[in-house]
Amino acid sequence: MEIIVYGTINSVSLALMALGFAMVYGVSRVPNFAHGALYIICGFSCWIIMNKLGINYFFSIFLALAINGLIGALMYRFVLIRVRGMNISEIIGSYAIGLAILEGLRWGGFKGMTYTLPVFMEGSIIIGGVPVDYHRILMMLIGIFLVAMLWIFTHYTKIGLALQGMAQDERAALMLGIDSDLMATLAMAFGAILAGIAALLILPLGNIVVESGYHVLIMSIAVCIVGGLGSWMGAIVAAFLIGFTQILTVVYIGSHFQMVVAILAIILTLILKPSGLFGKQHELEERV
Amino acid sequence: MDTAHSRKERIDRGIKVRSDGIYALMSFRELSYLTLPRLIFIVGMLSLPLLMPGMYWQRVISIVCIYSLLALSFDFLAHNVGLVSLGGAFFIGVGGYTAGILNSYFGIPPILTIPLATIIGGVFCTVLLLPCLPLKGVYFAIITLMYPLFMARIIEAFDIFGGTDGLIGIDSFSNSWVEQYIVIGAVLLSLFGLRRLVNMDLGLIFTAIMDNDQAVKASGINITHYKALAVFIASAMGCLGGACITHIYMWSGISQFALDFSILPIAATVIGGSGTLIGPVLGCLILVPVSELLRDFGTLRIVFYAVILVGFILFRSEGIMDFGQRKYEQFERQTKI
Repeated sequence: MEIIVYGTINSVSLALMALGFAMVYGVSRVPNFAHGALYIICGFSCWIIMNKLGINYFFSIFLALAINGLIGALMYRFVLIRVRGMNISEIIGSYAIGLAILEGLRWGGFKGMTYTLPVFMEGSIIIGGVPVDYHRILMMLIGIFLVAMLWIFTHYTKIGLALQGMAQDERAALMLGIDSDLMATLAMAFGAILAGIAALLILPLGNIVVESGYHVLIMSIAVCIVGGLGSWMGAIVAAFLIGFTQILTVVYIGSHFQMVVAILAIILTLILKPSGLFGKQHELEERV
Repeated sequence: MDTAHSRKERIDRGIKVRSDGIYALMSFRELSYLTLPRLIFIVGMLSLPLLMPGMYWQRVISIVCIYSLLALSFDFLAHNVGLVSLGGAFFIGVGGYTAGILNSYFGIPPILTIPLATIIGGVFCTVLLLPCLPLKGVYFAIITLMYPLFMARIIEAFDIFGGTDGLIGIDSFSNSWVEQYIVIGAVLLSLFGLRRLVNMDLGLIFTAIMDNDQAVKASGINITHYKALAVFIASAMGCLGGACITHIYMWSGISQFALDFSILPIAATVIGGSGTLIGPVLGCLILVPVSELLRDFGTLRIVFYAVILVGFILFRSEGIMDFGQRKYEQFERQTKI
């Protein structure tokens, strides 16, 4: 029972982390290695808005998300747009931005145990003999809600459909009058907001530390690779796969191996089937 | 002159044209035009330890050389073979641990552990990377980025080779001159060796694999074989650097798998000029001392070189070396349209 409850929670948080990464890659084919940095920056900006400016928690969440979206859009507009299509430069560029943000935060004194966000709801409930606090349940519900909203957004709104069109065939989308640069900027902004939502849901459970930026990046890469880069459904399935495997290893082998599982998942997937579980890439594009 | 009626044009300098052919042998002026840049570089590298004031900066020179080896291997793999490897730390770590194990468990002296670690480490890296060789582009980059993390976690989780403390009490070089001339010699040797290599038939196959692997395959050449060879060359260079770093610090530990070793060589390559082979070394000669000077600022130096990296990728993607070469070989003038 414990495994099922914690496995589900772990899986949902992994899915939350990875959604933004999957979205940006799916639409603009840019592997956003600054994803972890965006995640952390949202936590810190929310903390600053709440504690230094004295705005209440509820509003500061929305403010932090808006700031995050803006940062994502600016990052795309001014940096990534110039290197788009060049694989090496995309990775190096976005990774360098992420590194600059994370190490800059560390230099700016954002380290240690002092930065925490309050949980949304205090208290806990017992499910099948396992105590689970309300915040984790809320996190799960919001996660499921978010995935549903995202599905509706991409299937029934104009912008969502345009994003999907971009993801399927950029040239055809251009011919139909979809502004690909604008859409990619939007996708990056949404990706940043999704990273922010994940941060604001997960961070209250612990401290905000810079190191978790790298952790989040690796986990979201793992989820996206296993699920197939660019496939959202695959990412969700993979999140559950990795989430449960991690909890199983923690229970039966040891907590040291949690990260090993994720990295091993990346390596094995890439070796055996680079397009992942649900990838749509052609075999020849990725290996010889 | 009004810009609307004129444009810039670049023309090769006379001396460059003359020294292209056999006429270079006719006069000392042409000969020196060809050899002087290389000679200045070699003599400069060799005299660096003599010019440095004190132990600290001599150590910095050794570190520069080790990063140069990594940057060279990155540049060779990325721009001559088409495999973008973000796993410089993997090579350093494997080489470092191999040298450390050979020295502390078997008591082999540094003069033997370095070549041994180079070969064994190279083979080890190649065998581990063998299944990933068919991967292209982003996929290969991601998987090589993951390998050093994976190795570090494995060592931490299984608590082998000293676990988180690392291997301590490893022999150092007999004196600092030996240490520096070994690494400087290694850099010069691999630099000019690689330059020769990419112009040989083998280099032609490597470039062909980068440009169009299907065509190479269609010509009946086993590309996996050649890719493995290229990875072996690159990883052996990285492992050599790792072995040296282990003996310099008399210690090998998990931090040898740190991302520092992956990102700085890439930054140096981008700054120095990618695909030129000598550019990465120049990049390291600039970046490493600057980041040493910024050591007081702690992690700000990582921010600093990340920002430089982004700036160069965006505005000067050709790098210093290509820029310098253009100025050396060509002149610019305005012409009427």
